[in-house]
Amino acid sequence: MTPATKWITAATERYDAAALRSRLSNRRLIASAALAAAMLSLLALAPGAMADVFTPESGGSPNADDIDTLYKIVLYVSIPIFLLVEGVLIWSLVKFRARRGGPQPVQIRGNSPLELGWTVGAAVILVVLAVVTFIYLPGIKNPPASGPDGLALGTQVASIDQPSPPKGSSKALEIGVNGQQYLWRYTYPGSGAYSYYKMVVPTNTTVVLKITSSDVAHSWWIPKLGGKADALPGHTNQTWFKISKEGTYKGQCAELCGEGHADMRASVQAVSPAKYQAFVANKQQELKAAQKALAAQRTAREESQ
Amino acid sequence: MATTEYAAAERPTIRALVRPEVVMHGLREKPGGWLEWLTTTDHKKIGIMYFFVTFVFFIVGGVEALIIRTQLAQPDGTVVTPEIYNGLVSMHGTTMIFLFIVPVMAAFGNYFVPLMIGARDMAFPRLNALSLWLLVFGGVAFYASVFFTPPGAGWTSYAPLSDDAYLPSGGIDAWIFLIHLTGLSSLVGAVNFVVTIQNMRAPGMSWGRVPLFVWSILTYAYLLIAALPAVAAAVTMLLTDRHFGTDFFDPTGGGDPLLWQHLFWFFGHPEVYIMALPAFGIISEVLPVFSRKPIFGYKAIAASTISIAFLSMLVWAHHMFTTPSPTVVLVFFMLSSFLIAVPTGIKIFNWLATLWKGSIVFKTPLFFAVGFLATFVIGGITGVILAVFPVDWQLQDTYFVVAHLHYVLFGGSVFGIFSGLYYWFPKMSGRLMSEALGKASFWLMFVGFNLTFLIQHSAGLSGMPRRIYDYPADAGWTVFNEVSTFGSYMLGIGVMVTVVNVLISIKKGKVAGNDPWKANTLEWFTQSPPPENNFDVIPRVRSLEPMKDIRREVQQASEPVGTVAQPVASGT
Repeated sequence: MTPATKWITAATERYDAAALRSRLSNRRLIASAALAAAMLSLLALAPGAMADVFTPESGGSPNADDIDTLYKIVLYVSIPIFLLVEGVLIWSLVKFRARRGGPQPVQIRGNSPLELGWTVGAAVILVVLAVVTFIYLPGIKNPPASGPDGLALGTQVASIDQPSPPKGSSKALEIGVNGQQYLWRYTYPGSGAYSYYKMVVPTNTTVVLKITSSDVAHSWWIPKLGGKADALPGHTNQTWFKISKEGTYKGQCAELCGEGHADMRASVQAVSPAKYQAFVANKQQELKAAQKALAAQRTAREESQ
Repeated sequence: MATTEYAAAERPTIRALVRPEVVMHGLREKPGGWLEWLTTTDHKKIGIMYFFVTFVFFIVGGVEALIIRTQLAQPDGTVVTPEIYNGLVSMHGTTMIFLFIVPVMAAFGNYFVPLMIGARDMAFPRLNALSLWLLVFGGVAFYASVFFTPPGAGWTSYAPLSDDAYLPSGGIDAWIFLIHLTGLSSLVGAVNFVVTIQNMRAPGMSWGRVPLFVWSILTYAYLLIAALPAVAAAVTMLLTDRHFGTDFFDPTGGGDPLLWQHLFWFFGHPEVYIMALPAFGIISEVLPVFSRKPIFGYKAIAASTISIAFLSMLVWAHHMFTTPSPTVVLVFFMLSSFLIAVPTGIKIFNWLATLWKGSIVFKTPLFFAVGFLATFVIGGITGVILAVFPVDWQLQDTYFVVAHLHYVLFGGSVFGIFSGLYYWFPKMSGRLMSEALGKASFWLMFVGFNLTFLIQHSAGLSGMPRRIYDYPADAGWTVFNEVSTFGSYMLGIGVMVTVVNVLISIKKGKVAGNDPWKANTLEWFTQSPPPENNFDVIPRVRSLEPMKDIRREVQQASEPVGTVAQPVASGT
């Protein structure tokens, strides 16, 4: 090919604007289709391998599981809305890009039925979300009764003429949680036993936490065991969990409480009811031993004086 | 007036409406140099100083954010100590909210509201100067605390952590002074905006012809007036708690820390819309201009702005879902927060419909406006997710919330601000910004922003609380944070490209002319930059898009008149 013909082909290619444009728009179409396919496949894969990346922590306690389900429902309702908005946006940018000789912009100022339609549509979606929330709320908020394999609690009725226990307080183990800069202190019922950082609880037992703070605001949170409950000085907050599997669940303070905020960690260890009783008995014994040692020290000091 | 005779003599009937502008400005003697800037009461000079001050704070706040991200890039980070980290977190949030986003909206408002409504200045020019200087003093008082101890209780300064028993040093006091000074600045400015917009509109500009940006600034001003007194009271109570022995927020003396949260968020949630609504206004100006179409559903957008403002006063306790509050309260605040999604949704759909079947011109302001739409949707959706209060119990105070608020405040407000900056820079400087640098800046910011914050949703869902200075390697959050930090550097570079673009274009940009974008509103009617008195003759406004009418009149006149053309202000 001579340089002259080369020049001519180049020139014809260059000036065949229509072909160039259609090829460009084809390429753009393919690119956007590929992008959409990639996004869809990511969403399809999401529930399997990457579920934890897209949904809250769960699996420790029924309230955490219910929150997870509720979150998923809201998420699944919002994904089509997201795709619709982004889709229309991308489509408009590609389709209605200003081109020389292209169609004139349509001078419309509004469309009442359409506008009314999306207003009502948005409202209906939100009503649905509210109803779904009210359906799941009791399961998340109200502590259930402990399971049959759980810790035997003192609320069992011994004789028929004894009044039955008041509603709501049945069969739950109540543990006190106290936030302090920068640690958590747990008090176990009936025994005076307490521990720091690590809470030991029996499995299959509903544990109701009474949450307080003795200095600044903290927030109790073990992700797998349900939502947060703020520990505010002067208030008592409440949350609950019920663990079926033995194991350790980790969390940390979720409200900025000072320099050591990041180190204010917490964990809950679920053990069998028998082991729990042994743990409490052991703690009580330690407590007694410590008291005894203290008393002995005191007498020794008094005697030496 | 001699001009009337001149115009009437030259052309009868419709042609008489078009005549050259007679220059009447530049008659008053002014002090030169920096003294002029110090003493000026010109809304445009004040506006430019507002821009300068707020962007300086934006860059300072951005550097703080990058140090935070560097600290968090790896588990057990050692870049800063926990004390400095808490200081950085507090200063970053406070700076971006009180010293950048809220006042930069006042910068846009100051410069463009009088121009857009055809006024020669703000109603109270000296008050206007006062609000600028109060802002500057607020920022200086706050940043002076870096020389002793910066505040360490976050931008929300929750009591009792912010009480003198836990943070006795002066950082919190500096924060209180900042709230007072910038609050006064905003209040004074808000009153000024309300009076200006209510009283000084061009003849013919009825409420149905007020530009949507002006609507948004009017709503912004009313919201500031309604919300600021609550926080002013709260920080005054905190000040007396700290120094004069009162116990408003201290339970040992009969006070209640929940009171602080109620007072703070009663201001704090309207504050979110104070930061968002003017950005919505900018988007509502930019989209019709660059899609060559009128705004879709003008009345619906104006009405949704007002209803968002009203509802925003009723949703504050959705920041307090994890506090010990009765369930019925939580339900109320969930439903009211849901309600606010309706007018917000209306806006988004109207913006999309404005682009639909338009003839979209791809200039940098449009890029940022579209970036705003694409990201703000995500912030809106995560907002609805967070409003479901049982779900919020899991997500509250985690990186999910950090991501959500940045999608609203960066993806929303800041992209809106950048769109407005690129859109109006030619009017302020007389020169166009570089499109190549502008688009490079957009892509760096857009990709960087999404890299930084999209993945933070996942970090939050995996249990990472916000405001922690480090995390253990076995927590499983390392990858999220590495990606986020990488993205934040990209975002930072993107912002710097725009800063460079401004610095280059201000001297060397292409000369813009009066109306480079073929825009709709009156600010494009005058010269770029506008003369001190803005307009010699205030045009009569006949529609929502007065510049369209004026361009049509100019076209209809048989002899082409120069770019400066103007209809007779009938009735004057």
